[in-house]
Amino acid sequence: MTENTYDAIVIGSGITGGWAAKELTQKGLKTLMLERGRNVEHIKDYVNATKDPWDFPHRGRRTQQMIKDYPVLKRDYPLNETNLEFWANEKDCPYTEVKRFDWFRGYQVGGRSLTWGRQSYRWSDFDYEANAKEGIAVDWPIRYKDIAPWYSYVEKFAGINGSKEGLPQLPDGEFLPAMEMNCVEKEVAKRIKSHYKSSRSMIIGRTANLTAPHNDRTNCQYRNKCWLGCPFGAYFSTQSATLPAAVATGNLTLRPFSIVTKILYDKDTQKAKGVEVLDAETNKTYEYYAKVVFVCASTLNSTWVLMNSATDIWPGGLGSSSGELGHNLMDHHLGVGASGQMEGFEDRYYYGRRPNGIYIPRFRNLFGDKREYLRGFGYQGSASRTGWARNIAELNIGAELKEALTEPGGWRMGLGGFGEILPYHENKVTLDKTRTDKWGLNILAIDCELKENELKMRKDMADDAAEMLEAAGLKEVRSWDGDGTPGRGIHEMGTARMGRDPKTSVLNAHNQVWDCKNVFVTDGSCMTSANCVNPSLTYMAMTARAVDYAVSELKKNNL
Amino acid sequence: MNRREAISAVGVLLGGTIIGAEFFLTGCKNSDKKTGAIAFSKEDAAYLDEIAETILPTTASSPGAKAAEVGSFMTVMVTDCYDEEDQQIFLAGMTSLDKSCKQKYSSSFMQTAPEQRHALLVELDKEQVAHQKNKKGDERSHYFRMMKELTLLGYFTSEIGATKALRYMESPGHYDGDLPYKKGDKAWAT
Repeated sequence: MTENTYDAIVIGSGITGGWAAKELTQKGLKTLMLERGRNVEHIKDYVNATKDPWDFPHRGRRTQQMIKDYPVLKRDYPLNETNLEFWANEKDCPYTEVKRFDWFRGYQVGGRSLTWGRQSYRWSDFDYEANAKEGIAVDWPIRYKDIAPWYSYVEKFAGINGSKEGLPQLPDGEFLPAMEMNCVEKEVAKRIKSHYKSSRSMIIGRTANLTAPHNDRTNCQYRNKCWLGCPFGAYFSTQSATLPAAVATGNLTLRPFSIVTKILYDKDTQKAKGVEVLDAETNKTYEYYAKVVFVCASTLNSTWVLMNSATDIWPGGLGSSSGELGHNLMDHHLGVGASGQMEGFEDRYYYGRRPNGIYIPRFRNLFGDKREYLRGFGYQGSASRTGWARNIAELNIGAELKEALTEPGGWRMGLGGFGEILPYHENKVTLDKTRTDKWGLNILAIDCELKENELKMRKDMADDAAEMLEAAGLKEVRSWDGDGTPGRGIHEMGTARMGRDPKTSVLNAHNQVWDCKNVFVTDGSCMTSANCVNPSLTYMAMTARAVDYAVSELKKNNL
Repeated sequence: MNRREAISAVGVLLGGTIIGAEFFLTGCKNSDKKTGAIAFSKEDAAYLDEIAETILPTTASSPGAKAAEVGSFMTVMVTDCYDEEDQQIFLAGMTSLDKSCKQKYSSSFMQTAPEQRHALLVELDKEQVAHQKNKKGDERSHYFRMMKELTLLGYFTSEIGATKALRYMESPGHYDGDLPYKKGDKAWAT
């Protein structure tokens, strides 16, 4: 028993699991980090990171075999030849789609911290207050002031680049030098600012790429191959940042191939005593014990662990007493935007592949604007010159075509929207008792859809994008409203929400399970609303804050 | 391609200005259909090399598609990435192209002079443009469209195409968003 006993257990090794492990170990706790997938060693296991385009037999494109093996991933851009090993095996790990839900998962040490888009934004009180003000779902139990110092704390460690803009809806942070807009983006930003009299702004994106050396990590080399793993460690991932910090304490044990099947609840103490682990390779089960458990298995999977930890006291799963466990699933809806061409600037170009674009922060339903829907959306996008794949109508084949395609074409700019999805009780996950995965474990059934509020918003998302591009002088502007199926945002949130009342929420203001006080859930499952900005930075801040609270409670013998 | 690039690609696709947009966005079409087992011979690859070379020939500034072994690249892509229906269109197209050549010039494509090859493929390109313009929803692409797309993709992502016809920097090291450009400067390969 003693050899299986630690001070803390962290389930999952992605963005939040890595942070939990770093914080717990640095505070002196012997910590076991459990990861269901294989180990991925920093640099060594980034097997495609230094390949050239011609080293890929299909030049990065997908084969019919890949399409067959990845029936979900094939629905969007993530299915590709260059980083297939960073996506979950769908045959081994199926899930049930009551309604279509595109769930793109990364089951390995580092999770999706290896492949994430790295866009890093603070949320504001417009977001933390929205539910209360509009009477939607339940109130967040925290406000911006509660989390602001923790945003600073995680930004300083992770290394977030950005520009100070003084926007109330997108608070400034502790930034490394901002990346640069290209000449067309600068011009478009200027024209948008002037056309909308500063009520809308286009800023450079804020990302977790190092724009200067930071904490012994090398700065970005502008290769834009982040999602293959960075051999320079220049973007934030578990491997590049939190894992080495945790390992350096001497307090971390990492166990890959460890599927946590349940949290072991002790009726007498009314606390968790540890977890049960199924070894994914040997199918043997083990028990590990600890004083505190951090559930960081990613949204949906953390909820799966809680649901699978049902006991006769909590038949719906650990943390289910409110009836909200599994409910209020959210994502960001996207697949809608506009693009156009910018005339002129033929004598301008750029150097380097910037792993970042521009960002247009939310402007709808703010500062007196009132729409027929609640909340809002932001845009990401970029301007670039077209390349060899462009069609040149007047040239068909031959030397002239070849020579023309060796030069850059005209400039284009595109904007893609990221819209908020409201927390609806009926958007939910449940355990599908009729189906199992490779290990005989019941799988999740996902039942989620966009509703009227989101569909109304999408019209604005397309129209506003087109209007702004036209206002900025782009020609041939066209908008699109494509596939907004939930899941495609890869920003799953909710299903174990925070709240002020144990009767209506799963977690309290410190991400502590109301029903079991030594269990904390700090990944996207905890979110009470979804906002429209990328959520990972908020998960980091929540995690660091929750660990600080958990350790202080441990010291007071309250856990 | 990451998400930001995907957003831009949708925009470009919408403008109808991209070659092989389906490859960029979703890979091959109608992907639920099975892939037939097909096999290309060395002669097939050599024949496709000549077609590719006619589309993107060697010029004063850089070697052409044949030097970049685009023919064998095409065989790999059609075998692994195309579904059965597209494979059959492509294979039938290889036969049909040679037949047209024989009808027009009384000699096979491999034996025909470069000028005649060029003239033949110019006609086929017109044919594919018309086909693409008029085709309905799910109707498949013209075989010469496939050949042209694969030639462009195969050439400009090859070592020769990327480093000789275009400019390639594996690790740029920094970013400059406003670089002077003069006509004739090569485009970045990636």
